[in-house]
This record gives sequence, structure tokens and C-alpha cells, in this order.
Amino acid sequence: MRSLASLFSPRNRSAQTAKERLRLVLIHDRSSLPPGVMETLRDELIEVISRHVDVDRAAVRLEITQDGRAQRLLADIPLKRIDQPLPDL
Amino acid sequence: MSRVITVTSGKGGVGKTTATANIGAALAALGHKVVCIDADIGLRNLDVVMGLENRIVYDLVDVVEGRCKLRQALIRDKRLEDLYLIPAAQTRDKNAVSPKDMVRICDELRKDFDFIIIDSPAGIERGFKNAIAPADEIIIITNPEVSAVRDADRIIGIVEAEQKGPAKLVINRINMDMVERGDMLAVADVLELLAVELIGIVPDDQAVIVSTNRGSPIALEKKSKTGEALRDIAKRLAGQEVAFTSADGAGGLFGRLSKMIRVGSKHA
Repeated sequence: MRSLASLFSPRNRSAQTAKERLRLVLIHDRSSLPPGVMETLRDELIEVISRHVDVDRAAVRLEITQDGRAQRLLADIPLKRIDQPLPDL
Repeated sequence: MSRVITVTSGKGGVGKTTATANIGAALAALGHKVVCIDADIGLRNLDVVMGLENRIVYDLVDVVEGRCKLRQALIRDKRLEDLYLIPAAQTRDKNAVSPKDMVRICDELRKDFDFIIIDSPAGIERGFKNAIAPADEIIIITNPEVSAVRDADRIIGIVEAEQKGPAKLVINRINMDMVERGDMLAVADVLELLAVELIGIVPDDQAVIVSTNRGSPIALEKKSKTGEALRDIAKRLAGQEVAFTSADGAGGLFGRLSKMIRVGSKHA
């Protein structure tokens, strides 16, 4: 049985589920970028950037965000921390 | 200035034809000269919804193929003297009409009418292209339901790409009880997902079926709330400022609050 709190929580109602599902579906419909291509894009981005600087591969995030009807491809690419030793004196 | 407004949706069965008939009737009742064109060749229906099925002699394809003059295909409404219909052909397919034909016919109609309202077929194929080709403005009808919203989004994208935008949205068949239970997308949810300007909210109402049974638009029933919602769309199209109220079916305090915010910032 549902708790009283969950009954009033919009998260558990079907409209909320519909909204969340639609949000994701529309992002991919609009960009014509299937989820699989996002993976390829992510790998290729990492490869190019790694040629110049060390990237924390596991932490790279690539996502499509929405701003009104405009879409934006956002990449968050953390760089590897390099512990630089003090130069020898 | 004459305006060509196309009513479309992507998904079928969301209420395009009923909306076209009612918006047309409401605009004519406001004193505008209006012609509604059924662009759904082969699946003609605007005639029965408007209650004019017994008066058809010529149709859109007869005009295109030169079997009659344009004015011979114009059927005058029974109730409103400024409302006319050009019916679709029932026994032909949509390839009998081209987008160019539609532009030519609408250009001729512009001389005599304030509003030319085109009822588009469902889908994004030839019939849809015919319907949007002459359009100055596009109205998209959707229901607060996943498949209708998804298709509406696709159509909004196409309308923008064809430089016919920005499209205006009608949310049709909203059930306030379900919205308040959290089991139907609220107006604010649909607007947030589609990011498009709202022009109407129409409640889910069995009286629409009753009026369609009779072939008499509910927009002409003065006491009907649904009729009022449809008349409001016509007024907004005609340039009047008509505010959206909680009675429009935003549903629930939260829905109403977020809707006000959304509507207030739609051009931001």
C-alpha cells in the first residue's frame, strides 16, 4: 500500500512519469542524435582532446540540454590533475 | 489584411476538424468573413462537423481540375452568413491537389475573406504539405498525452524549418480532475516541453460529441464553457487580449501558478 506521503508526491503520479519520458524523447527527436551516436561522439571527443591534454576519461559527460526550443550540446571534460614535482634546485 | 491559418497536429484524432469548425464559426460570429477549407482529400469530414454535408455540389478537387469556378465550390453556412466551407473530395486521393494549387486557391480567396482556415489531415505527408503551403500562421492542436505531444513537437519543428512559425498551440481535451490527481499532463507541463506560444485550452467535454452529432458548432452555444474556450481562441486570433483563467483547466493550484509564470514569460 502506498504511504500517505507518496500519494501526494507528484513524482509517483503518471503525469510526472509522462513528462520525464517526453522530455528525453523530445531531446532525441529534435536533435536526430540517437543515444548510440552520443556514445561515439563522446569517445571521439575524448580521443581528440587527449592528444593535447590529459583527460579524466571516466568522468567525461556529454549531454543535450534545452533552452526554449533551442538545443545545446554540453560537454563536461575534467582534466587529469598532474602533481608537478618541485623543480630541482 | 486577409490571413490564412492552418490547423494541424501530426497525430490524428486530437480534434483538428472540430477545432477548425468551431474557430471558423466563432470568427464569423465576431463579424469576420471566414472560409474553412477541408484539405483532407479522401477523408472528408469538415462538412459533417459543420452540418453542411447535404449542400455539397462541388469540392476542392473540382476547383483544382477546373470542373467548376472557385465560388461554385463555396458552401454558405446555415446559421452564419459570413461563414463558408470548401469541402474536400471524398473519392480522390491527396495527390489530386498540390501545394501550388493550394497557394493559388488561397490567393484568390484572400480577395473576399478575412480568414481562410485550413483543416489539415493528420501525418506529415502530401496532404499536410498542401495544408501548410499557403499558411500565414499555424495552429497546432494537441492533447495532454504522450503521443500527441510528441507529434506536436515534430510538427512545430517542421513549421519552423518551413519558416511558417512560430506556431501557436491549442491544448484540447484537458480533464481537470485528472490533472489535479496528477494523472494528466498539466498545461504548464505541455508548455514547458513544447516551448511554444499558447492560444487556447479546451476542456474534455462530452457536449462536443453532442454538438458534432447535430452538426452545430459548440462555439455558438453561449452557455457552454467549452464553447467559450473556443470563442476565446477566435478572439485571440482576431487580436483581442483574452486572459487565461483557472477555469480554463490549468488544474490545481500548482498548475495554475506555474501556468501563469509560463504564459507570462513565453516571449522571454
